[in-house]
Amino acid sequence: MKKNIKLEGLDCAVCAGKMEEAIGKLDGVNSCKISYMTQRMLLEVVDECFDKVMLSAEKIIHDLEPDVIIKV
Amino acid sequence: MTSKQRKTLCRIILAIILLAAGLLAGEGTTTGIILSLSSFALVGWDVLYKALRNIRKGQVFDEFFLMSIASIGAIAIQEYAEGAAVMAFYQLGEWFQGYATNRVRTSIGELMDIRPEYANVLQGEEIRQTDPYDVAIGDIILVKPGERIPLDGQVVEGRSLVDTAALTGESVPQELTVGDKAISGCINQTGTLKIKTSTTYDQSTVERILELVETAGAQKAKAEQFITKFAKFYTPIVVVLALLVVAVPPLVFNEDFSLWLYRALTFLVISCPCALVISIPMSFFGGIGGASRSGILIKGGNYLERLADVDIIAFDKTGTLTEGCFQVQRVHTEANTSSEDILFYAAAAEIDSLHPIADSLRQAYGKEIKRQDIVNIQEVTGQGITAQVRNHQVLVGSDRLLKDHHIDFTPVSEPGTIVYIALEGQYAGYILIADAVKKDAPVAIKQLRKLGIKKMVMLSGDKQEIANSVAKTIGLDGALAELLPADKVQGLNNLFSDVTPGKYLAYVGDGINDAPVLARADVGIAMGGIGSDAAIEAADVVLMTDEPHKLITAIKIAKKTKNICWQNIIFAIGIKVLVMILGAAGLASLWAAVFADVGVAMLAVLNAMRALYVQD
Repeated sequence: MKKNIKLEGLDCAVCAGKMEEAIGKLDGVNSCKISYMTQRMLLEVVDECFDKVMLSAEKIIHDLEPDVIIKV
Repeated sequence: MTSKQRKTLCRIILAIILLAAGLLAGEGTTTGIILSLSSFALVGWDVLYKALRNIRKGQVFDEFFLMSIASIGAIAIQEYAEGAAVMAFYQLGEWFQGYATNRVRTSIGELMDIRPEYANVLQGEEIRQTDPYDVAIGDIILVKPGERIPLDGQVVEGRSLVDTAALTGESVPQELTVGDKAISGCINQTGTLKIKTSTTYDQSTVERILELVETAGAQKAKAEQFITKFAKFYTPIVVVLALLVVAVPPLVFNEDFSLWLYRALTFLVISCPCALVISIPMSFFGGIGGASRSGILIKGGNYLERLADVDIIAFDKTGTLTEGCFQVQRVHTEANTSSEDILFYAAAAEIDSLHPIADSLRQAYGKEIKRQDIVNIQEVTGQGITAQVRNHQVLVGSDRLLKDHHIDFTPVSEPGTIVYIALEGQYAGYILIADAVKKDAPVAIKQLRKLGIKKMVMLSGDKQEIANSVAKTIGLDGALAELLPADKVQGLNNLFSDVTPGKYLAYVGDGINDAPVLARADVGIAMGGIGSDAAIEAADVVLMTDEPHKLITAIKIAKKTKNICWQNIIFAIGIKVLVMILGAAGLASLWAAVFADVGVAMLAVLNAMRALYVQD
């Protein structure tokens, strides 16, 4: 499935690049694109992996930028 | 400016004042040292904190850590003022980038502020205000003057002028009346309209456009991908170079350690690729946002980038370069009949015909035709019509019709449809009907050539001679005609071999019937996207209005954005390399390094913001 997720408070462009790379490598993720300017993450995930992916993604995002609010 | 930004700015300014006071008090004096250190503490505590926090989470060598090392290193070799300056100006640079990013986000947010907040649904006599999401297909909604049309639909009552500028960039309002299609996102200006909705909100034009612009940032341009990769390697390389600078000369050549440590610190000061990582996505986002204000939707940075390097453009004919409707182009009369009479007899004989040709005849005549004037209408299938008009025997139709009636005439050969007319068995003249070329098409083609487009051709399903004639009028390089929709893809494929390596092939169509061609081209451009779901779906770039000259605006925006990006990439990397060389040679102080780095970041961001401003 495709999900357009808002990453409110994403303020570090370098971090956005790191997040994109790390989340893109998670199992079940077909593609992950993060736009620093629009503060959005476009995620293509295998349906049944979605919840698991989101848990890992959340950790990756918050490790890099703790103040980001993730709105699915 | 947010309150958080204001606070940070105050803190930075205060730290710079303390720093200046420390310098005035004298760098070596106790007062000077205390002032510098307090400046450092004031402006640097959060950077130190973030550095520590990230190390605990396994993020080593990020910008916070490197800036901390650079400033603490400077303090350790008793360069207190420089240590504080590194931190203060680093923070100032970060603050500025954050501020600029917000500015760009907000101004594009405002551009895209076309989301309707509510809909007035009519239920019997009652009007109920609801969320546009809750309106069903077929509901009747009421839009008062000043309100935004919340959903697509058909006008069932009322007449009004509607402002479409937010969607099309077109400043002239459009008149809507019963039967017209109303597009969501437009603002109703003069009268109240009742609209029968034809979509749900999430399928409406306004929501699809918003969705498109919001996801456009994720389709990254090559330049953006390059920068992401570059950023990944840049910081580690700079850190390794700094380590070499601090280790090799003192260990191998027995040089003074603190001198080389100082030089190594200049490397760390410029170790953040921030100027690039921020300014490149910002230019593309700005370009896309600016374009959407002019009624040009670009689905991603990658398409914007390709648009700048388009080499060959293939055009669809009908509806793209021509108006897409048949019009009387010329009336030719034989000796004793006026052209108005010819038009009248032709239009009158065709009074009941549903053929598009008949439509254009009636439209060209333009006056009322009395029904009782016409009797004995007989349609000759595929050939034309015979009728008795005002007691005259009239023949209207193809050359076959006249020949079959043994009428003496000279057949003409001209691109378009020729309708011959005979009165009382005598040839009276002919009417040329053709699809009219769009007024701005020839000028647009000329300007496209000036922008460096090498070759422009037309793909058409029409007859070769018509296609050739249109291509010649407009000034194209050629026309591939008599193509079925499936042949168009093949026609486009043949063009790829002419594309200069590194350049791209664009196709411009109306999005109806040509989705495969739009998809096959490097850049598929659909024209007249407003209200056409197919076009918005299939194309990479959507020109909301159907004017060819919008294509020029789109290419200009793309070229400008691309230039800005490369200016920034060359400028920023150039300055950083220069600082490293001068720093290693001992010619650049920490002061110089920090000013160079912050300066580059600010200029790059200001340059990127230019992408937002579009001249038509």
